[in-house]
Amino acid sequence: MSIAAVAHTGSGPEPGQEPPAATLGRRSALPYLLLLPGMAWLLVFFAVPIVTLLGTSTQTPVPGGDIGAFEQTFHFGNYADAVGEYTEQFVRSFVYAGLATLFALLISYPLAYLIAFRAGRWRNILLVLVVAPFFTSFILRTIAWRQILSEQGYVVSSLKFLHVIPQDMNVTASAVAVVAGITYNFLPFMTLPLYASLERIDPRLIEAGGDLYGSSFAVLRKVTFPLSMPGVVAGTLLTFIPAAGDYVNAALLGTPRTQMIGNVVESRFFRIVDYPTAAVLSFVLMAAILVLVTLYIRRAGTEELV
Amino acid sequence: MSTRGAVLDDAPAGVTPVGRGGGGGPLRWLRKHALQIYGVLAFVYIFTPIAYVTVFSFNEPARTNLTWRGFTLENWQNPCAAPDVCSALGNSLRIGVAATVISTIFGTMIAFALQRHRFSGRGATNTFIFLPMATPEVVLAASLLTLFLNMRVPLGFTTIIIAHVMFCISFVVVAVKARIASLDPALEQAAADLYANELETFRRVTLPLVAPGILGAALLAFSLSFDDFIITNFVSGNVTTFPKFVYVSAQRGIPANAYVIGAAMFFLSMAVVLGAELVRRRRVRG
Repeated sequence: MSIAAVAHTGSGPEPGQEPPAATLGRRSALPYLLLLPGMAWLLVFFAVPIVTLLGTSTQTPVPGGDIGAFEQTFHFGNYADAVGEYTEQFVRSFVYAGLATLFALLISYPLAYLIAFRAGRWRNILLVLVVAPFFTSFILRTIAWRQILSEQGYVVSSLKFLHVIPQDMNVTASAVAVVAGITYNFLPFMTLPLYASLERIDPRLIEAGGDLYGSSFAVLRKVTFPLSMPGVVAGTLLTFIPAAGDYVNAALLGTPRTQMIGNVVESRFFRIVDYPTAAVLSFVLMAAILVLVTLYIRRAGTEELV
Repeated sequence: MSTRGAVLDDAPAGVTPVGRGGGGGPLRWLRKHALQIYGVLAFVYIFTPIAYVTVFSFNEPARTNLTWRGFTLENWQNPCAAPDVCSALGNSLRIGVAATVISTIFGTMIAFALQRHRFSGRGATNTFIFLPMATPEVVLAASLLTLFLNMRVPLGFTTIIIAHVMFCISFVVVAVKARIASLDPALEQAAADLYANELETFRRVTLPLVAPGILGAALLAFSLSFDDFIITNFVSGNVTTFPKFVYVSAQRGIPANAYVIGAAMFFLSMAVVLGAELVRRRRVRG
């Protein structure tokens, strides 16, 4: 459901649009008063913690101190140590998130296309059905997949019976299961923005492509897909970002060998009580995502985000 | 060659272009309906785990709920039979309501400021509002927990609500802003023409028009809060919410009652959303 809101803005006027002239021109304290409580909340509980995190990342254990006691020593070596030790998990996070984003795009595009151009009056109902998974608990539906794909489950045994997958293959507790779980769980984050931008395409443009003797594939490649780029960019970002930081799918569907960076942060916090390393890893994850997102947006050539 | 019918068959039935794609037959039918068939398959995929949860909510109770033992209504008649399921649910509801009320009020205020006023720092505020949504949950979680530990804030209900309000505000702002942006300015101008002052216009015209957007944002905030696991897990201390309960008990077996709660939640939300859609349709038609 969360993305419904985000995707929806796509079809409304752009966020950069100026407020209506009627309310402009007066400089008053009102806007600042309206902003105050919410922005203060975000400042104290979002911005300050990020700075605190940055501070924690260069701390080292107090010599001879208790477990969990750290002091600020500006030890930037923490970064090299942590990143060096967990390179594998970092790479895995980005590879899994990238694959899941790609699969989500491949699954969602035809679906969003169907809803935007063929659903007629069923559009809204189908959109509700797309977000339906969000109406059950995220954890519960992930566990459901674990049971469905389990060795004893009907799906795996029939696939084995049909020799679609090797007899000795284990679907749960594998990278395949983790990527499949992420793909499923974040699918609506992809479908809704895709729908929002496909829905805005004037069908006459697609018709024109056909009238000019473009094959349906050529029309898709040269007309529909380029016009839906804002949706593709928004969808891939909305899927990739939470996917890269996710640890629930890896914890429930994977094995220790499929751990992602989120799992490491979690265990550094709770099992090992090593806050500086957890802080370094979180910070590097955030920085890496920011860099990737910036590069991606620049390449995709669209500024339309929120 | 000329599969363009596939792209264009928005045209009413019977206007199918003549002379394209030879003959009838099942292959032609398949090609013509490929997208529809795909849609059905996609929805089967989307609903598979939901169906699983629903079916297994009727499973005969035992310590775990992994294999099918037989149909029973027992879990549904007595959803609180398994200890802790309902107390976790109660915690989630309480946290959800508190987080929703606070984040909806604050978020709506920000949305009005951003959409209806020009002030210095407006662009920066827009960007800043976007940042929490672009930050992975585990980073938000780790940073908040670090702050709470440094400040020696005891973890519990308060810290969970603080965290939930924090990540809900941005979503509320985006949802309400979209609604304000879609308003027809003529309506407010009409109110002004009829000698309503600014406050009256806001109270009797603007606010009622934006209300559905605010309601939608509140539902969104509630569902985000209710379903959150990652951040809650970090800042909750000993308090158990429903998602946390399910996650923790996944190791030793989830009682069928948790599936009942999951399925009931699903059908309740579907009923609300589909009901609203039906009402909207009737109104549009009538």
